Amino acid sequence: MPDSKGVFMREKLGEMYRTMVRIRRFEETAQELFEKGGIIRGGIHVSAGQEACSVGVCSALNDDDAILTTHRGHGHSIAKGTRLPEMMAELFGKTAGLCHAKGGSMHIADVSKGHYGAHSIVGSNMPMAAGIGLAFQLNGRGQVAVPFFGDGASNQGAFHESMNLCAIWKLPVVFFCENNHFASSTRAEYSTSVEDISTRAQGYGAPGVTVDGMDVLAVHEAVAEAVKRARAGEGPSLIEAKTYRYYGHSRLDKKFGSYRDEEEWNEWKARDPLTVAGRLFGLSEAEAEGHRAAVEKELAEAVAFAEASPEPEPEMALEDIFA
Amino acid sequence: MPNIKFSEAITEALREEMERDEKVFVMGEDVSTPSVSPLTAELADRFGKARVRNTPISELGFTGAAVGAAMAGYRPVLDMRLVDFTLVAIDPIANQAPKLRYMLGGQVSVPLVIRTPQGGGVQNGPTHSQSLESWFMKIPGLKVAVPSDAADAKGLLKTAIRDDNPVIFTEYRSLYPLEGPVPEGDVAVPFGKAAVKREGSDITLIGVGSQVPKCMEAAEALAADGISAEVIDPRTISPLDTEGLAASAGKTGRCVVVEEGHLHGGVGAEIAAALQAVLFGSLKVPIERVAALNAPIPVQPKMEAFVLPSTEKIAAAARIALNYA
Repeated sequence: MPDSKGVFMREKLGEMYRTMVRIRRFEETAQELFEKGGIIRGGIHVSAGQEACSVGVCSALNDDDAILTTHRGHGHSIAKGTRLPEMMAELFGKTAGLCHAKGGSMHIADVSKGHYGAHSIVGSNMPMAAGIGLAFQLNGRGQVAVPFFGDGASNQGAFHESMNLCAIWKLPVVFFCENNHFASSTRAEYSTSVEDISTRAQGYGAPGVTVDGMDVLAVHEAVAEAVKRARAGEGPSLIEAKTYRYYGHSRLDKKFGSYRDEEEWNEWKARDPLTVAGRLFGLSEAEAEGHRAAVEKELAEAVAFAEASPEPEPEMALEDIFA
Repeated sequence: MPNIKFSEAITEALREEMERDEKVFVMGEDVSTPSVSPLTAELADRFGKARVRNTPISELGFTGAAVGAAMAGYRPVLDMRLVDFTLVAIDPIANQAPKLRYMLGGQVSVPLVIRTPQGGGVQNGPTHSQSLESWFMKIPGLKVAVPSDAADAKGLLKTAIRDDNPVIFTEYRSLYPLEGPVPEGDVAVPFGKAAVKREGSDITLIGVGSQVPKCMEAAEALAADGISAEVIDPRTISPLDTEGLAASAGKTGRCVVVEEGHLHGGVGAEIAAALQAVLFGSLKVPIERVAALNAPIPVQPKMEAFVLPSTEKIAAAARIALNYA
């Protein structure tokens, strides 16, 4: 019989696993609906394959810590507690959507959960995360801000300027780089001057570490350490998680595209983050099935909610321009 | 009313607003260095270097950071040194600050002021002499203030800092030394309300920022010839007080719109289009425009003066309107 801490740990691990399933199934469902046509318009960037990153990071944060994510932000949003029905409604372009159907997939936000938005200009979330970190430092409540970004964004000036700002002011910011090896179709080994993006932290006198982005506990531990450091006033850290996206970049991009092959895909899939987590957590098949069934119910409710929400009137395009 | 300089009015507004609201802070390159930033350095003595915060030369980084701090409940006042440098930071200025509230479904507001000293006449050349208010006025979600004297500088800056939306606050460098009466006490000037700076009946001179004093000089020169010119200043160009400007131009039936920015796609183009739509029947002659010629602003003083608007060019344009056959 586990002690109280053991019980807590099992609950927490179960919740982490369920969140990973929730992300995977949200992404698969969204992609399916998108491909049907006419339901989710524009485009979506799904993050299946990268669940260990989303959950590893957010499980190390408090509710009042901030995240700022990217165009590929569904997983991060879900891991931070963003409401599924309102998120699905946003993808559907309905009034009940988190952004009132004006931001769409690339701008999902739920500020009540510390989610300060997906930001679709690559790298743009990092200066803003530095500013939220500055606000947190001035507030003195010990909060931390985490910008998610990809290997591609690590080549933007915004990343470098933000790392420097956070380092000189010792801001409580944890830079979390999901190196999924592709900036759209461009391979990281072509576009990026270093093999491990975490080594770029050295240029800013900050700690940098590379972890296995398919292992949710490895991600969690690295982030927890960086968060502790940030809360102690010791400044920013850079964590790079090597991971892989299962789908193409976005709407026009096929799963394998012309820039990667099935063999590479299969190698990563063999280390699927959900399988790895199930093994690490010692989940039985019945427990895993229980999580999957619960998630299916949540998703069905989210889709039904999104379907039932009315479309906005055209004139609503003029709301929320100014506060 | 005490007479103070335009530059002192800026400092007074900042000091009073920082005293009033502890969430207000100043950030920018060299802002606490007295020899470089006399407008803000004295505030560092009073409020400390955490609230008058020097930044590295990272316009993109610190502008984005100001947007983030604003989202998280602070009211940053960014000192951009020169408007030309905003172009290094155009993503947070054009893509983020004005759109975040909209994109995020009203979940956040961005109470940010970006002070942008600007303008030519100081032989600083093409990338240190621009006047870019017309760029910002076409971005929904941004407000743009263009004060022309000390009283408006103080009153509009107070309003900008209290506004819950991002505001571009332009400061023409040529105006800094000019003195004017500034009301004592807590006087905020509302946005979207034009001010008649000189009353007249024959022609309306609409001046933007640095061109208001030049319009006043031109009106003086025209008065010597018995012409009564009214000078009106929109004070903010987003929002734009079309009604106030139309009341003046409708009264005189003749109008010259003057700005220091470039003619093509300028503020005057927007004002002229807005005025003709409401005054088509009552304008006696076509609307004239005076602006910088469509060339970069050169360093050499004679060439620079050739490109920029001037009192003489304004008076000449007024005479064209007055003598229109």
